[in-house]
Amino acid sequence: MAAIIETKQLTHIYSQGTPFEHTALDSVDFSAERGEYLAVIGRTGSGKSTLIQHLNGLLKPTSGQVLFNGTDIWESKDLTRQVRCQVGLVFQYPEYQLFEETVYQDIAFGPKNMGLDADEVDRRVKQSARFVGLEPGVLEKSPFDLSGGQKRRVAIAGVIAMEPQVLVLDEPTAGLDPSGSARILDNIRTYHQEKNACIILVSHSMEEVAREAERLVVIHRGTIPFSGPPEAVFAHGEELETMGLGVPAMTRVFARLRSMGVDLPASVYTIPQAREAVLSALHRKEGT
Amino acid sequence: MALRDITLGQYFPGSSPIHTLDPRAKLVAMICYIVALFLGKWFVTYAILLLALAAVVKVSTVKPKALVRGLKPVVFILVFTAVLNIFYTPGEALASFWIFTVTKEGILHAFFMVVRIIMLITCTFLLTYTTSPLALTDGLESLMGPLKKIHVPVHELSMMMSIALRFIPTLIEETDKIMSAQKARGADFDSGNLIQRAKALIPLLVPLFISAFRRADELATAMECRCYHGGEGRTRMKQLHYRPGDVLFMLGALALAVGIGVLGHWGL
Repeated sequence: MAAIIETKQLTHIYSQGTPFEHTALDSVDFSAERGEYLAVIGRTGSGKSTLIQHLNGLLKPTSGQVLFNGTDIWESKDLTRQVRCQVGLVFQYPEYQLFEETVYQDIAFGPKNMGLDADEVDRRVKQSARFVGLEPGVLEKSPFDLSGGQKRRVAIAGVIAMEPQVLVLDEPTAGLDPSGSARILDNIRTYHQEKNACIILVSHSMEEVAREAERLVVIHRGTIPFSGPPEAVFAHGEELETMGLGVPAMTRVFARLRSMGVDLPASVYTIPQAREAVLSALHRKEGT
Repeated sequence: MALRDITLGQYFPGSSPIHTLDPRAKLVAMICYIVALFLGKWFVTYAILLLALAAVVKVSTVKPKALVRGLKPVVFILVFTAVLNIFYTPGEALASFWIFTVTKEGILHAFFMVVRIIMLITCTFLLTYTTSPLALTDGLESLMGPLKKIHVPVHELSMMMSIALRFIPTLIEETDKIMSAQKARGADFDSGNLIQRAKALIPLLVPLFISAFRRADELATAMECRCYHGGEGRTRMKQLHYRPGDVLFMLGALALAVGIGVLGHWGL
């Protein structure tokens, strides 16, 4: 399958030529396919935010290329702007970007900038409000009267309303309580399934990415040391530890049990999976 | 990103002799230098002042490129001053068209004015490049100390200044972030006519103000939690002390100002 978005030898250096010079990305080759659910993991300052800002042309590469459907997004000014609407980017703490008088108007900001007519804007606002589970009554409220979790969902709806083919989210669950996080992850999954959109989730919760994503990309000091399905990436447990990342708690417990000689599968990341694994192991034991 | 490149009030850490001078010495020297700039009258004095500035730049290890970049935002003011001076200085006419007359005095005047402004800005930039904002406000507070006698709230003023300086980079970063977020939603800050551009700023300014007020509120709470109650009885972790080098530097700057003053008096 062809990649919808990829980077080739992407390098980015901040404040080049000053004492603050800092190489954030170093010859990174990254790609995401249509309809894929991908997670980017890395500790603070590893370069993950810099990478995602290249994907929709907010940052210009110092060297290297960013390709969207095979064409360089910096080929022309129009193309860069078009790509911004095709690759939706939800920043960290997106609730701080709300500015309109009503939730409705705020969500409509993106589609309006795309030059869509009023009916289409209306359809998209209502649809994206539904995607993120906002009640119709909320649309007429001021975004500043909402709770933190609701604000976050309004901000995400504002990006979803542009119906991007690629949706990039930078730690969408940071600072939310578990039920708020779960709701937002559900909303993202719904969007992924209904629109067959490519999702790129940036996170440093291993449990979260193991549960949600089909493929993980690890970023460390501006490079990508590993990528692949969760079981392949978590097999590098020790290396992940030294990068300050680690593996999900359940995986660690199971690895420990395996090293003690208990016959259990290695690819366990979540509590429900762990429950299944333990139960089936017990059944096997009773059977023998 | 254009915003990241703003150099206003930026400090380049270093360990040159200029960096390690007492901030008060640098402030006093800068004031002397600025006075000297306005006492100079002719090429000779400006050549001396330029040499002095070049010597300090050389010792400070600040890259001249960084200083030139600092001049970019004032190009408009420079051109404006030059044009006004060329056309509005009475004297020996060189050329005239419609209501404008170019005079010889005007050209000289404009030239000196532009040189003055460039040197003035370069020397203030040199100060902020080589002095951390904290050292600078400490220096100011100490220099303004005597004003406390006449009930000028010196400590409060310098606290306000250090908070303002401290938050410039934070606010720039914040502006950058909000701008990126709105650009990601298709906002366009770079095209359209004046009214469209002004309107395009609303999505930027509203969140920026909200977050600035939020930050102010949080900072006030944090300061109160640490029992901050103004300057009375407050001691400092880093005390300022004049060293022989600082005194020498100030005396040098003072001598320069007096010298230029004398030369200027003779019309040089």
